[in-house]
Parts: sequence; structure tokens; C-alpha cells
Amino acid sequence: MTEAVTGALLNTDQMAAFVSRGFLRFDAVVPAEINAQAMEELPTLFRAWLDEFRGPASDPAVDTAGGVPLPRSGTMLAHAYPEHSAFARMVRVPEVAGAIASLVGIDPVVDHHFVHLKKPGDLTAQGLHCDAIIDHGQAFDIQLFWFPHDVSPGAGGTRFVPGSHLRHVNMDDISRYQHLAGEEYYSGTAGTVIIFHQGMWHAGAPNRSDTLRVMGKLRLNPTQRQLRLWDTADLDERNRADDHFFALSEQGTVASRLRGSEPWFEPSVHRLETVQRAHLWRYLTGDEGFDVDWYLTRTEHRAALDAKEAGR
Amino acid sequence: MTTQRQQILILWLASSSLDTRVLGWAFHDGTAGAGPQPVGDPPYSTGVDAMTHGWRMIQMSPLLPAHPGQERETSFLKHEFTFERILDVP
Repeated sequence: MTEAVTGALLNTDQMAAFVSRGFLRFDAVVPAEINAQAMEELPTLFRAWLDEFRGPASDPAVDTAGGVPLPRSGTMLAHAYPEHSAFARMVRVPEVAGAIASLVGIDPVVDHHFVHLKKPGDLTAQGLHCDAIIDHGQAFDIQLFWFPHDVSPGAGGTRFVPGSHLRHVNMDDISRYQHLAGEEYYSGTAGTVIIFHQGMWHAGAPNRSDTLRVMGKLRLNPTQRQLRLWDTADLDERNRADDHFFALSEQGTVASRLRGSEPWFEPSVHRLETVQRAHLWRYLTGDEGFDVDWYLTRTEHRAALDAKEAGR
Repeated sequence: MTTQRQQILILWLASSSLDTRVLGWAFHDGTAGAGPQPVGDPPYSTGVDAMTHGWRMIQMSPLLPAHPGQERETSFLKHEFTFERILDVP
């Protein structure tokens, strides 16, 4: 795999949905043949990680069980995996490649991958967490969760909390939250890929089925400013800064998507989440005047007046 | 002969008022399954609803002003209420 991967770019509404809820789901987009290959390779990749974690491997970049190399962090995605490997083929699926290009550009680097295996009958509920640490700034990584086989409800599909991605929390400090309204437990058809913002709260879930649950996770870092990387043909018509729920609002605007609440949001915090999303949309579009429901505009206008008064 | 054990119920509510909607919940069982278990998701609709079913509130999150410069950041759920009930178990 030597060339940057591209595919069908996201549209503005998909990007706004990602900013609002922190994920995009692509059901059954990976062909069956690649999923079957993954069911052979991914457990091997899990062993490779264990070998490196334990340290004794003669060549830590190669898993002796399957000869599958582990990419070093910072390797360009296009060079990270052998061309015919399952991971390389998955990220070339047009829907997946287009989403990657839209979110983190055509030349992201691999942060790491991890293969999560949930054994049949393993009823352990992992504590809710987000990966890595508290993150600042608007630039973001994405994490692909690839489920290469059918996952029925209750069969170990990942638990995640839509809309949690912009909250500043550290790792498993959120494990106290056993149940949150509106949280989801993944279930779906083989070949489904969910792409999460790095901050998404998630956890491994009990597997009440009699089959192994396999999931391949791939974290990608952008190497370029994430500025209008998607198909922006419909951006201008949707990008109104004056769409205001308490004044005049329209269906189909970016703002109408970004003001969406989640069942677990406190009403007061929902407004702050809206502001955080507006900031992220400004970063993605370069439009520093963008707003949702006038929260930023009115305060920025007042701040300008204060600054003008202070300068007299 | 019986022994007393504690069950803990944590509710996260929609506002600082106990009579508002449950957004999230957690249960910790000091009876190791010998006592009654929560039923439903959520098991109660509000904090007051839990009280009417015998739960005693023992702690609520304080109302603190935002740190300067972080007024618009979001993190943990704000309105956390902890309840207990003490049960006799064999």
C-alpha cells in the first residue's frame, strides 16, 4: 500500500452530524471477503500487540505467529500496512476512504491500532472511558471501529455515548456512569465501520452470545489543517450564522444539526455543547463568524464594545 | 441472625433540583445480590421518586461557579445525587 487513499467524500450534513454527535456509522460497507480475511488476521494482530507489550519478541515489529507487521506510530497510513492486508484493504473501501479524507485529510498517519476480542460468555462490563488523555484545541484524531462479523444485540458490541466527544475528561474518570440515557450498544451487520471523534466515551460491553466478538480499532492523526476537506458543494447554502432557535431557524442548516441535544444532556449544558460545536465548525470551515443560536455572536459583540470602551 | 449492609444508588439529574428527570444512574450493592435489585432503566424517574421508594439521599453535588476561562467548557455531569438504603441480610 503505497499511495494515499481517497474515496467518496462526506457531504456537509454528514460533517455536521459528526461535529454534533461525534461519530459516523457506515453499515456493511466492507465486502465479505475482506471481513473474512480480517477474522483470520485481526486475532493475530491482537497477539502481536501482546508480544510487544510483554517485550520478549526478537523483532518487536513482527508477530511471529502470523508475520503481520505492527506499524510504528507516525507511519503514513498509505505505508503502514501491506497492500493486501485486511487493514489496508478496509481503509481503501470507498466509503471509508472518503470519510477518512474528509475528516483528517488524505495523508493521515497511524497512531496505533488495537484489536479488541470479547470472548463468548464474558460478562465483564468495562468502565466507561475515553482514549488517551484530556485534549485541548480543535484539531482532532479519528478512531475507526471495524466490526468484521455480524454482532447481534447483547453480543459484546461496543458501548458508546453519542455527543460525549467534546467533554473534557480524562480516561476512565467517567467509569462511574454505569447507565446514561441515549447511550448505544453497537449491533449490526458484518463489515460495519464506525468512525469516532477521539473524545468519544466508550466501553467494552458484556458478550452474552456464544461467539467471539472481534473488533479492529485504528486511530489516525491528521497531518494537515482540517479545513474544508469534505465535499463543500452544499456548504454555503447551509452555513447560515444567524440561524437562531428563538428567532428564525430553518430546516437543513448546519445550525439545525449542531443544536441537536442528547437524552443525557442537562438542558443548561446543552447550550454549552452547542457553543463547543460552533467553535469546532468554525475550525473546520475557517468561518470565524459562524454561530448557532447567537450565543457567540452576542457575547463577541459585547466584548468588542467593552474593548472599545477600554481603549478610550 | 442478620447483618446490616448498604446499597448505593447514584442518580444524575437534569438540574440541581431533586424533582427533575434522571439522565443517568449507577448502583452498587453491598448485599452482594441478597437485597432487592433495581428494576427498569432508569429505576426511578426523578430523585424524589427514589426517595418515595425508601432511598435516603446522603450527598448532592454543590453548585460551584465555573473556573475563570472555563465557563463554557463541558466535562462531567453536573447534578449528582447519592442515595443509600440499609438492609438486613442473612
